[in-house]
Amino acid sequence: MPTLEDYKGQTPAWCPGCGNFNILRSFNEAMVEMGIEPHQFTIVSGIGQAAKFPHYTKCNTFNGLHGRTLPVATGIRLANHEMIVMAVAGDGDCYGEGGNHLLHAIRRNVNVKLFVHDNQVYGLTKGQASPTTGEGTKTKNQPFGVFSSQLNPMALGVALDCSFVARGYAGDSEHLKGLIKEAVHHKGFALVDILQPCVSFNKVNTYKWYGERVYHIEPEYNPEDRLKAFERSLEWGDKIPLGIIYRNNRHTYEDMIPVIKESPLVNQSFDLSKLEAALKEFY
Amino acid sequence: MDYTIKIGGEAGQGIQTIGGSLAKALSRSGYHVFTHQDYESRVRGGHNFYQIRFSDKPVSAIREKVDILVAFDTESILRHETELTVNGIIIYDSSFHKQKHNEPYFLDVPFSDLALEHGGNKIMLNTAATGAVLGMLGIETEILIGLIKEDFRTKGDEIISGNIKAAAAGHEYTKNKCAKCSFTITEPSNKKMLINGTEAIGLGAIASGCKFYSAYPMTPATGIMNYIADKEEEYGIIVEQAEDEISAINMALGASFAGVRAMTGTSGGGFALMQEGVSLAGMTETPIVIALGQRPGPATGLPTRTEQADLLFLLHSGHGEFPKIVFAPGTPEQAFYLTNKAFELSEKYQVPAFVITDQYLADTQWTYDSFASDKIKYVDRRLRGDELTKLPEYRRHAFTDSGISPLAVPGASRHLVVTDSDEHDEDGHITENAETRNKMVEKRLFKKMPLIREEISPPLLYGDKEPDILLVGWGSTYGVIKEVVDILSNEKRIAMLHFSEIYPFPLEKKLNYLSLLNNSKLAICIENNATCQFARLIKAETGYIFFENEIKKYDGRPFTLDGLLGEVNAHIRRL
Ligand SMILES: Cc1ncc(C[n+]2csc(CCOP(=O)(O)OP(=O)(O)O)c2C)c(N)n1
Ligand code: SF4
Repeated sequence: MPTLEDYKGQTPAWCPGCGNFNILRSFNEAMVEMGIEPHQFTIVSGIGQAAKFPHYTKCNTFNGLHGRTLPVATGIRLANHEMIVMAVAGDGDCYGEGGNHLLHAIRRNVNVKLFVHDNQVYGLTKGQASPTTGEGTKTKNQPFGVFSSQLNPMALGVALDCSFVARGYAGDSEHLKGLIKEAVHHKGFALVDILQPCVSFNKVNTYKWYGERVYHIEPEYNPEDRLKAFERSLEWGDKIPLGIIYRNNRHTYEDMIPVIKESPLVNQSFDLSKLEAALKEFY
Repeated sequence: MDYTIKIGGEAGQGIQTIGGSLAKALSRSGYHVFTHQDYESRVRGGHNFYQIRFSDKPVSAIREKVDILVAFDTESILRHETELTVNGIIIYDSSFHKQKHNEPYFLDVPFSDLALEHGGNKIMLNTAATGAVLGMLGIETEILIGLIKEDFRTKGDEIISGNIKAAAAGHEYTKNKCAKCSFTITEPSNKKMLINGTEAIGLGAIASGCKFYSAYPMTPATGIMNYIADKEEEYGIIVEQAEDEISAINMALGASFAGVRAMTGTSGGGFALMQEGVSLAGMTETPIVIALGQRPGPATGLPTRTEQADLLFLLHSGHGEFPKIVFAPGTPEQAFYLTNKAFELSEKYQVPAFVITDQYLADTQWTYDSFASDKIKYVDRRLRGDELTKLPEYRRHAFTDSGISPLAVPGASRHLVVTDSDEHDEDGHITENAETRNKMVEKRLFKKMPLIREEISPPLLYGDKEPDILLVGWGSTYGVIKEVVDILSNEKRIAMLHFSEIYPFPLEKKLNYLSLLNNSKLAICIENNATCQFARLIKAETGYIFFENEIKKYDGRPFTLDGLLGEVNAHIRRL
């Protein structure tokens, strides 16, 4: 069985007090509790503070480009669908630069777990607005305040019939750990948006601000009711729901591919002798 | 014997169907065939043509003169009438056109009536027309009948027999009514394979064990995706249509990282989007093969036409400094073997490898006796199974003498496989350490480049071994330059120097091409672009300058044999 010691990675270069630390802890604990060994999964990440995540834990890692986590994760998963594949991204990374890929990853429903560290700001590039920054928020780059409306990842997920849509909070690591486990056990694409205070650049959405607003979705709530889920996904402001907002049992993309019914692509050997058949067709 | 058949009409009229079956009937009969298509970027209407040149000797270019023109609309007659040879004939169905043509070189063949009367459906007029062309040439219909049986296999006996009757009716009609037909056909020989550049790349990929192909459709690269997708089940391949080209290259890199051979393909605009991914392959040392089908730019340019104008863009693709491998096949045969070599070297050196073609090579069909599958190389260089499990430790980017680190399959052992687009240490973890950065650049670039360069074959010298006149080309101009050399070598000491492996630029020790260039009286660089990009590459790599000796074409159309011959002769006359 793995222990927390097995998950000790490099020393994080995040600011003291950053919400990312708690997310890292919840993640490592969730893995240990689920008995998953570091070599049994791959984390794909992009660029940003959040994207450094896989270096600070232990796992197979493809730390690629800003916004491009999901295509890489999809490629890995299609090549080896016996591997657990996760993507870790910032809100800028995933909802900004990588927006198009998110739409299509949800549509494909590849069995990839996406954890978005949503600090509602661009951390690594020092505080510009992100797609989830509140309307009107002033930053160095948006001196008149943000004009665009605030992206709502939960409503987006429900609208696209995403197979697992959940919200966690870095200040509530026990609850977050539970969500991470649920996401990993879910069959299908999982979007977990994690509220993550950025102590350096986000002076609005602080631990205090969240503390006064977040609440756990009641146990009776049925996340499979899409209309109710849509209603719940729109809650933001005085009350912010944490938990699984929406879930369905859509078939996964991998399930549909005939070529990998028997075994993952990566385990299939190549037989050159079959080439003769392909050649024959040209006569 | 050297005849050209041109079938002209609007998009949607079945030009391709007729051209396709005629070409196949001729190649099956054992003739050498070369086909070329010209189409507009539209699904219906416009003017399209399909051109078939066939001979009892190898042919590798298009001619301007036409022996049989099958005209499906008036436009085809207006445009191509002047291209007829002395004995050339136009066949048409006067019911399609507003007028009847009385000149002796016109033959009115009621394709549509013949199809309805004999086949039972007007739709079969394409088959009647195909039969009619064979009738004019005096070629029997057995092979065509065989093709009909194969093509309509799934459509039922009624459709098959209808088409066979329509073909026979067309054949009978021209055989009896074409008084002016005086084609002399040599005896058929052993049947040949007929393949175009696109299929050859797809086939090369399959032969190399490619298991993952992701792309976003863009002419002229779409055909590679279609070809491989058709073989998915048979060969255990996943073809994924990505949401854009950025995704396409990143998906392929993901699949390659996970342990399978992966490829993507696109054209200029899509390739522009892939730049960051090319660089990512360079940094993470992830093998990938990328097919670049050129078409005229800038921007969307002429979507269905041809040009060789992305060479320098490709050579400089991706930001930062890292090695890449670039092949530019000149024929479908080269496309097949070079795609295999691209997979081989890409995996051996863990660098991106490119196969650059263009619309012209993509679509032209050539005939061959066969491709030798025993010349295909396949070595799985990835660490997996016991070999990996038994390693005491593993570091994805470990420093080695050769610069090549072991490439392990993640998840296949307890060893973690870590890589990063940031500069990284031997374990694959982010670092900004200056010393490590230096060592990584040395490993990726300085150590690998000379090794890769040793693998590159020299250019092909075809013709006179000590030529006075040297025609230099790269990529798809191979066929037409070769035929120019064939024609002129009766009177001149002339040769072609053709480059199909162009980066890293070939070493001179295997063929001293520089002395050939320097010793010739006239060396001409021939390119399908406006700025002589290859001439600039030669200058950059060797210092050799062509001065004004360049023949270029940038109207979106390929060189024709007659056209290029005229231009080469003009240069020779100035000597
Ligand atoms: C193509 C590209 N554009 C821009 C950047 C610069 N960049 C690095 S991180 C980042 C934004 C990070 O914000 P977010 O994704 O929200 O992550 P955080 O740092 O807040 O965790 C940007 C714009 C880049 N690396 N690549
Ligand atoms: S800038 Fe913000 S997100 Fe980045 S490490 Fe610091 S606190 Fe965390």
